[in-house]
Amino acid sequence: MHEIFLDELRKLNTRFMGMGIDVSEAIEEATQAFVEHDKKLAQSLVKDDQKVSRAATKVEKRTLKLMALQQPVASDFRNVISILKATGDLERIGENANSIAWETIRVKGNPRIPEVEAIIKSMAKKVNFMLDQILKAYVQDDEKLAREVAQKDDEVDEEYVKARNLIITGIKQDPEAAVASSSYFMVIRLLERIGDHVVNLAQWVIYKLSGELVDLNTKDTDEMTEL
Amino acid sequence: MEDIITSKDVHLSYGNVEALHGISLDFEEKELTALIGPSGCGKSTFLRCLNRMNDDIPNIHITGDIKFEGQNIYDSKMDLVELRKEVGMVFQQPSPFPFSVYDNIAYGLRIAGIKDKELIDHRVEESLKQAAIWKETKDNLDRNAQAFSGGQQQRICIARALAVRPKVVLLDEPTSALDPISSSEIEETLLELKHEFTFIMVTHNLQQASRISDYTAFLMNGDLIEYGKTADMFMNPKKQITSDYLNGRFG
Repeated sequence: MHEIFLDELRKLNTRFMGMGIDVSEAIEEATQAFVEHDKKLAQSLVKDDQKVSRAATKVEKRTLKLMALQQPVASDFRNVISILKATGDLERIGENANSIAWETIRVKGNPRIPEVEAIIKSMAKKVNFMLDQILKAYVQDDEKLAREVAQKDDEVDEEYVKARNLIITGIKQDPEAAVASSSYFMVIRLLERIGDHVVNLAQWVIYKLSGELVDLNTKDTDEMTEL
Repeated sequence: MEDIITSKDVHLSYGNVEALHGISLDFEEKELTALIGPSGCGKSTFLRCLNRMNDDIPNIHITGDIKFEGQNIYDSKMDLVELRKEVGMVFQQPSPFPFSVYDNIAYGLRIAGIKDKELIDHRVEESLKQAAIWKETKDNLDRNAQAFSGGQQQRICIARALAVRPKVVLLDEPTSALDPISSSEIEETLLELKHEFTFIMVTHNLQQASRISDYTAFLMNGDLIEYGKTADMFMNPKKQITSDYLNGRFG
């Protein structure tokens, strides 16, 4: 009987990973569209903005069924719960990537601030790398890697603060830049949130492997911006 | 999928006491249906009606309609041996006959008049394989079936039921006398076999019902309370009383 449960668990893991890969691509393309002012690409991204949430619902349904019908315990239980919770975080990341695509379509006004766009590019690169690494940690049951990935979020937070300050300076220098800046604020916030969700994913990897519920999202970025 | 057994308004009384109050329940072909409910709810009684195992109980009175492949099984022209060849049964206590494994499996075939030794050999091997007990018995076919462990004996009984190639197998708590490992192995075997046979299983083990059945029927005090897909029933039953029973609040 256990083999049958494990088989279903493997299928769930495959679906979860598939979702992860889709979300990772979505972040990459959405930020690319934003910094390259590519409204066409952004439009193609928002066209099927329900894709990730549909995939998440499927994973959730299968997970709930597995819990109700197979009543897993111990490590099996942690495995199933981790997928369920991590799917929620992946879905949020997907939604944030979508919002970035929408912001690309909405953004109006010139001039832009090239320094800010460079940081946005860099933040996107970082969160993308973090997401890919956390999926790797998930699949390889690598707790050490999960903790390393979570630590990387500090760098994303630092860039967030830096970007915020740059935007403010940019508006002071050229008030015309304020129009585009409202979108900048939005996008850096979304990227920073994606980083937090990746940290949550790291927490679920750790819970799956050790049964320990840890809180690795320690920094409050709103407080950091006051610095 | 077609319904292979249908039942309509089945009442059963022992003397003046009515144990089943009009049960209507149809069973889909090649699916595993679990009958669950508290002790004394009538689930085993109902199961035994499906191949007329209650016939010999004194003062029993059964009314209603039970059809196997459209044929009324309580019709006076019904051939009982023929019916039980099509609708086999496995009991709670492993009940191999006190003779060799081979003769146990061949028993039903011989009763059915099969004399071809080659065919019997073939069916014995095939059935033992289907019941996942071939590995343990292939070099011991002459050994007394009762000399095997409980779990192995139950598999031999499943093989014996399968040997006559029934369409339906009734299972009356088939694993409740077995240890968890043997139970789990039998569950796995049933899951594999349900693509070929229709199973109707009475079980007290709700987890077992949830793990392996496609449909579940919940009976209480001789009435059918709720019937539906197992996943639906275990995740979102229609009635509060079903939910209470599944949650272990009574029973």
